Amino acid sequence: MSSATVMSGLLAVEVPYWASAIIKLGVVALVVPTAALVLGYVFLLKMMSFMQSRLGPMEAGPYGTLQLLADGLKFIQKEDIFPEKADRTVFALAPLVVLISTFLIYVVIPTGPDAVVAQLDVGIFYALAVSSLSVVGILMAGWASANKYALMGGLRAAGQLIAYELPLVLAVMGVVIQAGTLDLQKIVAAQANGEIFGWGGIGNPFILTQFVGFFIFLVAVQAETTQPPFDMPVAESEIVGGYQVEYTGFRFLFFFMGEFGTAFAFAALAAVLFLGGWALPWGDLTHWGFNIAGPVIMLVKVLAVSALIFWFRFTYPRLREDQLQRLAWKFLIPLSLINIVVTGIFKVVL
Amino acid sequence: MIAEHVAFGIIAAVMVASALRVVTTRDIVHAALYLVIVLAGVAALFLLVGAEFTGITQVLIYIGAVIVLFLFGIMLTRSDFDQDEETDHKRKFPAILTALLLAAVMIGALVDRFEDVELDATPQTTAQVSDELFSQYIVPFEAVSVLLLAALIGAIVIARREEGG
Repeated sequence: MSSATVMSGLLAVEVPYWASAIIKLGVVALVVPTAALVLGYVFLLKMMSFMQSRLGPMEAGPYGTLQLLADGLKFIQKEDIFPEKADRTVFALAPLVVLISTFLIYVVIPTGPDAVVAQLDVGIFYALAVSSLSVVGILMAGWASANKYALMGGLRAAGQLIAYELPLVLAVMGVVIQAGTLDLQKIVAAQANGEIFGWGGIGNPFILTQFVGFFIFLVAVQAETTQPPFDMPVAESEIVGGYQVEYTGFRFLFFFMGEFGTAFAFAALAAVLFLGGWALPWGDLTHWGFNIAGPVIMLVKVLAVSALIFWFRFTYPRLREDQLQRLAWKFLIPLSLINIVVTGIFKVVL
Repeated sequence: MIAEHVAFGIIAAVMVASALRVVTTRDIVHAALYLVIVLAGVAALFLLVGAEFTGITQVLIYIGAVIVLFLFGIMLTRSDFDQDEETDHKRKFPAILTALLLAAVMIGALVDRFEDVELDATPQTTAQVSDELFSQYIVPFEAVSVLLLAALIGAIVIARREEGG
């Protein structure tokens, strides 16, 4: 995230359009792998190890901090293998589609009053729409591998991602109704300037009023990123990695970065929607200093949400396909609809 | 203004080329994937005329859901890798005839309505869209919702009957 801090400093200076576009592109291109590394190291390697009473990697760098960099280098220098019957073009494009979908989410995530790549009027709606593109990439990978495990994984992924996209979108609706906008910057402002029954001491972070939405959002995110307990599409013990089974080297690395990059992006969206984003409820939101402090505040909140996500991941056993579908259609979707109705009533009454 | 024209030309060329590949390719999965490019082009055109909300909806609904269902259906029904089953182009001429008729009707209707109209390309906010949708167009909006509900119930009834035998 330090790169985002640099960007916010640069944005204060007047720069031509093309230069700012290139800087912004560069920042996104840096943030995604960094995010994947941070989440992978802090949670996948260390938190899981501690929960299982072991140390995790300790050799590469102090406390094993360079382990994932070493892994990345290893992946890059591996042979790029195509299965004999694979559909070569589609096989090669699939990881790129997943990764591009991840990159596109970062475009709208705000980390300060000016530290955002693009402030869109349709903000959160855009983020949810581009995040749904990754399913196409996963289906492409499952099909093009010409492998029955890959195909089954692809189909399971498609069924799961379609089912959990609905609660994901509906959970956000409550926040949108309360804030009265889709724009992520305005949602941040609405929380910082909000009041709880006339008391504005800590603003109104929507996690207090939309705790049902927050819960549904986290569960749906868990399913969207195919993390345990929703890892039927990649279940190693049954379909040996699902749609990823035939991928090696840097193409596999793309899938890994896509998974953790998306988890980070969704954690950031949750932080913006429910925890107040880059702002603190005190102080002037338009102050230039928030461009420096914003990314730091944001990182703390993102790591807090990620800790919850990964805590679930390492705690619960895998759900069966029917349990997984029942949870989405018979519990989460009705619950999120009730949440929308209740929020709507309160919005009109208050 | 020139930048918009150039952008339109590029997007339109890519869309036409991909649309042709949708109907000429012999691999049905490739056809579905070319359709993704065409639909993305439609979304890009919506963005180009300032219809942000419609453009994003196009991505969410058509690429994120409809195409995924297409691919899902294709992969469930044709998953035999050893058998190189390809689409035939037997009904080529009826298809071309239908396409030409459809094109004639659409071009006629669009030219008739928009011949001298200069489109206002200032971006429209989501609030404006929803205000119009829920005041001026409320009756068609509700009619479409009821129609969709009827289609949903109909689909469930048909699926249930086959299951019961």
